[in-house]
Amino acid sequence: MLAIRDLTKSYDTLQGPLNVLRGVDLDVEAGASLSLMGESGSGKSTLLHLVAGLDAADAGTIMLGNMDITALDDAGRAKLRRSRIGLVFQQFNLIPSLSVAANMAFQAQLAGRLDTAWQDELVDRLGLGDLLTRYPEQLSGGQQQRVAIGRTFAVRPDLILADEPTGNLDEESGDAVMHLALELVARTGCTFMMVTHSARLAAMLDRQVTLVQGRLA
Amino acid sequence: MSVERTTHPRTNIRGLDKSCAALRPMLMRYVHAVGALAGAAFLVLLLFLFPAAAQQQGFAGLGGEADGYARVTPNKDITFPKDHGAHPAYRIEWWYVTANLIDEAGNPLGVQFTLFRQAATPDTTGEEWARTQYWMGHTALTTADSHLHGESLARGGTGQAGVTATPFEAWIDDWIIASKNEDFAPLRLAASGKGFSYDLTLATDAPMVLQGEGGYSRKSDRGQASYYVSQPFFEVAGTVTIDGTSYKVTGGAWMDREWSSQPLAADQTGWDWFSLHLGTGEKVMLFRLRSTERAPYFAGNWISPDGTSQAIPADAINAEPLGISTVAGRSIPTSWRLTVEGHDLDVTVGALNPQSWNETLFPYWEGPITVAGSHEGVGYLEMTGYPGDR
Amino acid sequence: MNRILHTLLALMSHWRRKPLQLVALLGGLMIATALWSGVQALNAQAKTNYDNAARLLGGDAVPSIALESGGRFDERAFAQLRRAGWKVSPILEGRIHINETSLRILGIEPLTLPPAAGISAGGGLGPAVFEGFMRPPWRALASAETIELLGEDTGTLPPLTASEGIAPRMLIMDIGAAQAVLDASGQISRLLLDPAAAQPGTPLAQAAALPLTITENEAQGDLNRLTQSFHLNLTAFGMLAFLVGLFIVYSAIALAFEQRLPMMRTLRALGISARMLTAVMLAELVTLALLAGVVGVVGGYLIASALMPNVAASLDGLYGADVAGTLSLEPEWWLMGIAISVIGAVGAAGYSLLKAYRMPPLASARRYAWREAQKVWLSLQGGIAVVLLALAAILMLTADGLIAGFASLAALLVGSALMLPPALAVILSAGQGMARRPLSQWFWADSQQQLSGLSIALMALLLALGANIGVGTMVEGFRDTFNDWLDQRLVSEVYFDARTDDEAAQIEAWLANRDDVNAVLPTLKTEVRMGGLPVIVTGFRVHESYRNSWPMIDIAPDAFDRVAAGDAAFVSEQLANRLDLSLDDPIEIGSWPLIVAGIYPDYGNPKGHISVEIGAMRAKLPDAERGDYGLRVAPKDTGALILAMRDTFGMDDSALIDQSALKSYSKGVFESTFAVTAALNVLTMAVAGFALFMSLLTLAEMRLPQLAPLWAAGVTRRGLAGMELLKTLGMALLTAILAIPLGLAVAWCLVAVVNVQAFGWRLPFHLFPMQWVQLIGLALLTAALAAAWPIWSLRRMPPVRLVRVFTDER
Repeated sequence: MLAIRDLTKSYDTLQGPLNVLRGVDLDVEAGASLSLMGESGSGKSTLLHLVAGLDAADAGTIMLGNMDITALDDAGRAKLRRSRIGLVFQQFNLIPSLSVAANMAFQAQLAGRLDTAWQDELVDRLGLGDLLTRYPEQLSGGQQQRVAIGRTFAVRPDLILADEPTGNLDEESGDAVMHLALELVARTGCTFMMVTHSARLAAMLDRQVTLVQGRLA
Repeated sequence: MSVERTTHPRTNIRGLDKSCAALRPMLMRYVHAVGALAGAAFLVLLLFLFPAAAQQQGFAGLGGEADGYARVTPNKDITFPKDHGAHPAYRIEWWYVTANLIDEAGNPLGVQFTLFRQAATPDTTGEEWARTQYWMGHTALTTADSHLHGESLARGGTGQAGVTATPFEAWIDDWIIASKNEDFAPLRLAASGKGFSYDLTLATDAPMVLQGEGGYSRKSDRGQASYYVSQPFFEVAGTVTIDGTSYKVTGGAWMDREWSSQPLAADQTGWDWFSLHLGTGEKVMLFRLRSTERAPYFAGNWISPDGTSQAIPADAINAEPLGISTVAGRSIPTSWRLTVEGHDLDVTVGALNPQSWNETLFPYWEGPITVAGSHEGVGYLEMTGYPGDR
Repeated sequence: MNRILHTLLALMSHWRRKPLQLVALLGGLMIATALWSGVQALNAQAKTNYDNAARLLGGDAVPSIALESGGRFDERAFAQLRRAGWKVSPILEGRIHINETSLRILGIEPLTLPPAAGISAGGGLGPAVFEGFMRPPWRALASAETIELLGEDTGTLPPLTASEGIAPRMLIMDIGAAQAVLDASGQISRLLLDPAAAQPGTPLAQAAALPLTITENEAQGDLNRLTQSFHLNLTAFGMLAFLVGLFIVYSAIALAFEQRLPMMRTLRALGISARMLTAVMLAELVTLALLAGVVGVVGGYLIASALMPNVAASLDGLYGADVAGTLSLEPEWWLMGIAISVIGAVGAAGYSLLKAYRMPPLASARRYAWREAQKVWLSLQGGIAVVLLALAAILMLTADGLIAGFASLAALLVGSALMLPPALAVILSAGQGMARRPLSQWFWADSQQQLSGLSIALMALLLALGANIGVGTMVEGFRDTFNDWLDQRLVSEVYFDARTDDEAAQIEAWLANRDDVNAVLPTLKTEVRMGGLPVIVTGFRVHESYRNSWPMIDIAPDAFDRVAAGDAAFVSEQLANRLDLSLDDPIEIGSWPLIVAGIYPDYGNPKGHISVEIGAMRAKLPDAERGDYGLRVAPKDTGALILAMRDTFGMDDSALIDQSALKSYSKGVFESTFAVTAALNVLTMAVAGFALFMSLLTLAEMRLPQLAPLWAAGVTRRGLAGMELLKTLGMALLTAILAIPLGLAVAWCLVAVVNVQAFGWRLPFHLFPMQWVQLIGLALLTAALAAAWPIWSLRRMPPVRLVRVFTDER
């Protein structure tokens, strides 16, 4: 499903180039869930962003099925994000000017595969029924992340990438969000990859990988 | 009969600072203070009435070259009434009256009336506005505690100011001195200024007194001279009005007539001039002419009650300042000791009002004085060319 | 001290990170200061010129003595009055033409001129200026530009000397020189009376042999009243620009305040008191304001210098007011400009400073609910707008007086500006309701959210466009009307002016023998006062030429016959307005009773005008002077006739002119009259453009969190940039469309209210749709230019910056 080979990435900083990823190799089977751990600056978020097509790698390949993500141009990566990948971030996941319902449907509509029955089921499962007409700034952090998860699953992506999705939440609501997400992963059979600091959360997933100084430990 | 005759340098168009450098800041201050055209008018006056001032020649242009103007020469006949009138071929001329008066309560006061004529060019043919003869009138009234004065400017050719010989009339605006009938005297003298006016009758039977050698009056050892005649014997009666209150006054007046084209030497910067009415009926005129380069030039005339005029030798005169007053920011001697050898005159004179300052285009000190010592009397003092701080 | 410095440095470090906000803050202040002080400079300069002119004329402080019936009189009155104790100084005034330039001659008598009649020939003049002033060959003082204008060949004029502070096209010379130049030997126009001198006992009537009368000079009053509307206009523009600039400042400061909140809390937590924090912020602001003030004042000077020739041309064209085309400013003006910058900045920051002072050190957990806030703000603003618009409508219908007219205009403009955001919100939510596709839904929804950030810039744009359309409609309408009017009014093909009565008689006799001249139309002219107003009375020969073409607003039956009979008159529209005259009303010129038989437009003439039959006028007003002659000639014969007259009588271009030359001259005057409006229009658009640019720039920074989720969800940066551009253009388009009704309302108010109050005539109201199209294009161009850079940088934004949105702590 996902095959990463010899992936490198560096950023220009005032102190010179910063080598964030120094040759990462990683394989993830379809339907598996994986946690990426590591200290701050170990490159775990960068790896996730490269897989998501948010940024371009310096060298190496990322094969999603038989598509090489690193070979895509800007428009290609945008199409990839739109149709095959779901993203959940720590914050600012939602579009502030749209209502909860519009946010939920947004990406699916963009990808041209809005399925109202599935949409209804998601609303139901995530307990968002009463919130559909509200706007993001009127929601609590946990509610916002539930909407973000709903929007992501609405597209039925092949791969869901989450970067500290509960980082801004307290433990209780964080756990609730995690459980809902994992239920949906099981329900849709998609692949799930999550960056986290928390060993407790990581333990909820099939497999745990740790990055140290830009390489897999 | 007289040994030596001198001029009194009342040649006034008044006490200017000695150099252009000192003059210009004053003028610019004027321009700024009065603004615009008023300033322009002063500049015009300065440059055309007194063109030599800008060339650093004596004061008020009186020491400039006289090219093109009629020259003052000795042994000229001075005849009246013709010479009561104006002499436009000469550059400068004046009609000058000072009067020492008392009101009915016995309070002393003084009155001044002056009409100056100045030619800007020797050409006397211009008509109306093109005529280059210009006129300046000064009028003042001095009491022990106030000094009021006025000034008016005019150009020849319009009728605003002028002088006729027969009947005699000299005027600028409604300021006038004029014969009351076919004879020269009695005269009517009337003028006004801010807060005052006067209307006086000046009477005398005495003939005019020729100063100098038959009216030829030297002002330096280098040839500067003027024609100079006086009438010091006027008896005065009339009315003065101060701030709306009229007073009947009587007293005596002294009239000077002088015309010239180059009355002063270039280095002469100011003068102190005295006219004294002594209790004996004698009249005395004295002056001290100050120079930047030489000792002061003294001259004077002793006039008997019968009108005989005798020049006083320069070395017989001494004038010594006794007391200095601060007037308009300047240090000015307002009391003096005067001595004349051969006439046994040894007097002190003091100002009736030390603040007798005429803040005119060319400011100067002019006011009544009292005489005490070997002789008693009254008189007038004029002082010019004392530099100010400003 | 140390504490203050460190606090200041910490606060200031914000600007290093957000240089754009600093640019917006300083830029807004500079614009506000520059335009405000620029307009002040223009007004001050014009006022100085009026004052100079008035002082030259003997203005408010110096009364003058003149002939009761007007006109020049014998100079001997001067000496008569002086000898009676009246401290008067003679003045001779007149106009001559040299090298096609009309010159005003002012003859003075320097020795008697009262100090209060100061002529600004002083200043830094060297005494050399006056050399030879009072005697032949004389000397004339003029401004350097006048001397340049005249060139080498100055004909019979005395030698010219440059002097500062003299109005353009004016020559000051000795009265003797003026009598020669004006061919008025022995004559004077009037006598200035020294207000400082005591009034003499002799009454005026006794002192002079002529029927003289003392008048307080009203020339300055007239000029002030006439030019008041123009300056009010300029001032209103300056205020508008100043306010727009302050809005920019306000939003920059408010934004900086929001963004510095965490820092301020930290500083408070570190032991800086609220008072100290506020004081330091105030000090920071004042420092910045001083900096911006200095630059702004320099900018104001440059703007005013650039506009001054236009303003001078406008004032000359509108009112015949001579204003120098160059600028000279007092130090107070510079200080004032800088002070205004500081005051403006502190005023704009007042709310933020108050909030800083009251801010608790700990952040409250309350979330900012922009949607509710926006709703409250919009409905409040809408409410105020409705009130203002209602006020504008009431004032417009009932306005009496210039101030009311302008107040109405102001209420209309401000009300419309306030109305814009609510109106846009309604349109945008309607659009959102209709949108089906996700991106278009987002497009409308996001526009609505952006509204609060852009509203000030859009309001500025609306005002600029509205003012443009309004003024443009008025000027275009005026131009059309004026051209028609010129065509109808200038009936004769050739006009000439004889120098003397003898010459006039000779020319008339000569013309009578020419076959190509179909009619000779002489005129008589005199100036009288009616109801305190200066009024020109013109006598004309009632001729078919006039009957057929004279444009009338209102005319009685048989009007021309009644005028020909000598007992009826035509009056100009402005005179009719001022004296409240209508048809068949009686008027009196001196003791000549007349009936109003017609009212005609007389555009641009500050004086009232009455036209009567020439023969009757000669009998009733014997002092009237000979005016221009009109000649009816077949157009093909015009050239030959002019050549023949030029050869026979030696007439030059100023005395002999053909209709087409006169028309093009009049049109030239018209164009220069409105020269300044064109310049101001460009400036208003520039200010609106700057406001839009700064708003978009600041919004661009704040909007990343809104755009990043879209990008993450698979919209390309290019697509985002395209939508942002479309949104800006869409907003500008909506604003421009809404500006059209505003512009028309402004135009109507100008034409039907302000103009009538200011000038006394009403203009027809025409529509110029092509102008609207152009302005909409201009609005879109302005918006595109303003949006170009923010959008370009969005397109080129490195992905890592977008990603960072999701990972950075706020």
